[in-house]
Amino acid sequence: MKLDTSGLESTSPFFGSGDELCPELSAAPSFSLPLSTDDTKATLKHAKGTTTLAFIFKEGVMVAADSRASMGGYISSQSVKKIIEINPYMLGTMAGGAADCQFWHRNLGIKCRLHELANKRRISVTGASKLLANILYSYRGMGLSVGTMIAGWDETGPGLYYVDSEGGRLKGTRFSVGSGSPYAYGVLDSGYKFDMSIEEAAELARRAIYHATFRDAASGGVASVYYVGPNGWKKLSGDDVGELHYHYYPVTPSTVEQEMAEVAGA
Amino acid sequence: MTKQHPAWSPYDNNGGTCVAIAGADYCVIAADTRMSTGYSILTRDYSKICKLADKCVMASSGFQADVKALQKLLAARHLIYQHQHNKQMSCPGMAQLLSNTLYYKRFFPYYSFNVLGGLDNEGKGCVYTYDAVGSYERVGYSSQGSGSTLIMPFLDNQLKSPSPLLLPAQDAVTPLSEAEAVDLVKTCFASATERDIYTANKLEIVVLNKGGIHREYMELRKD
Repeated sequence: MKLDTSGLESTSPFFGSGDELCPELSAAPSFSLPLSTDDTKATLKHAKGTTTLAFIFKEGVMVAADSRASMGGYISSQSVKKIIEINPYMLGTMAGGAADCQFWHRNLGIKCRLHELANKRRISVTGASKLLANILYSYRGMGLSVGTMIAGWDETGPGLYYVDSEGGRLKGTRFSVGSGSPYAYGVLDSGYKFDMSIEEAAELARRAIYHATFRDAASGGVASVYYVGPNGWKKLSGDDVGELHYHYYPVTPSTVEQEMAEVAGA
Repeated sequence: MTKQHPAWSPYDNNGGTCVAIAGADYCVIAADTRMSTGYSILTRDYSKICKLADKCVMASSGFQADVKALQKLLAARHLIYQHQHNKQMSCPGMAQLLSNTLYYKRFFPYYSFNVLGGLDNEGKGCVYTYDAVGSYERVGYSSQGSGSTLIMPFLDNQLKSPSPLLLPAQDAVTPLSEAEAVDLVKTCFASATERDIYTANKLEIVVLNKGGIHREYMELRKD
């Protein structure tokens, strides 16, 4: 039986299309969704303008980050929390799209808690990073921008993973992510020793962030340093990088050769 | 293949500026009332401020159709919350709800730049600032919209509070009194109106304190 498919054919437009006076009227209505590279989206997204770092040493994991958020050339905030507290013994760092990192880290925190409730034990850093990496992999190619490090202390000791929105997941002992990372690596790699005390490691992390903010325009604000140990994480310091500059390089008063004096009267 | 630009965009920018300042026991939220498209003025008397809960007010600039849709959604969610919990939603709670609502449309965002102001559970003023896809932060003051690049540096100069990330922690709330904060907001808009074509006509100021909500208007340049 031949089916009547006339209804499926495209209907001719109400107005005559012969002249093509108004080609838009006869064309099928459509618009392409704003692409990631569209101007609107470009201003909506934060660039990976940031410096974050984390490393494992003898006493545990040290995590540090700056706090600047930039939208193009405009600094939208100098006080962004880039070290996200997933739970009392696990931290995540934020680089890339602020909303992406905030939302998915919070989602990861929820999943970790559900794991605890379902399995009556804390989730491992390996497991948590895998959960996040799998979510990000499923959104691969859709324009998420996440460059994060998951740092924590579980039954196997200190753990550190790098996870990004391309779907990558790497286990390691030293990472730095963001536009300021080359500068941070320089300071971090040259000063790193496995046998450091907590104070030495914190100072190394702080210096690395400071130097990155000094040279990278997209990094700045407050350098936060966190330590993750067997009892969970603890925030060690939060210093304004402007003040850190004068702390590391104090202004030495130079000898005054000529002094301007106020002229009385005139 | 060169990138083809779409012939039609689902977004438009209706302009305007919003500001919010948090005080020790009050919060000031303000926005201008001009709505534009391109170089034309659609109306001179459009409110960008929406009361979401007793202690929570939102001001949004950007694409007002998306703003209206967002306000309706949040109002509906708040109504459900009230039915389920028999109380009003707190400002920090509404802040998180707004962030999640914005992120759910991560791949077709609300073109809406929001500033949420209100009183937290202790009665202290709080201001939350957002980007279009939901990243948010509690701050002492904020401005969003076409005049924000003009107003923010001025607020930084007058109100710059110690960053909440500093350790030892320092209080972020402004030491100004309520009257001084309202005056500061009026000054901000008077200046922004001079240099931003989309900010003009009238300024709507909403003040939230323990006595409730109070609204006032100030005339701005109309050109």
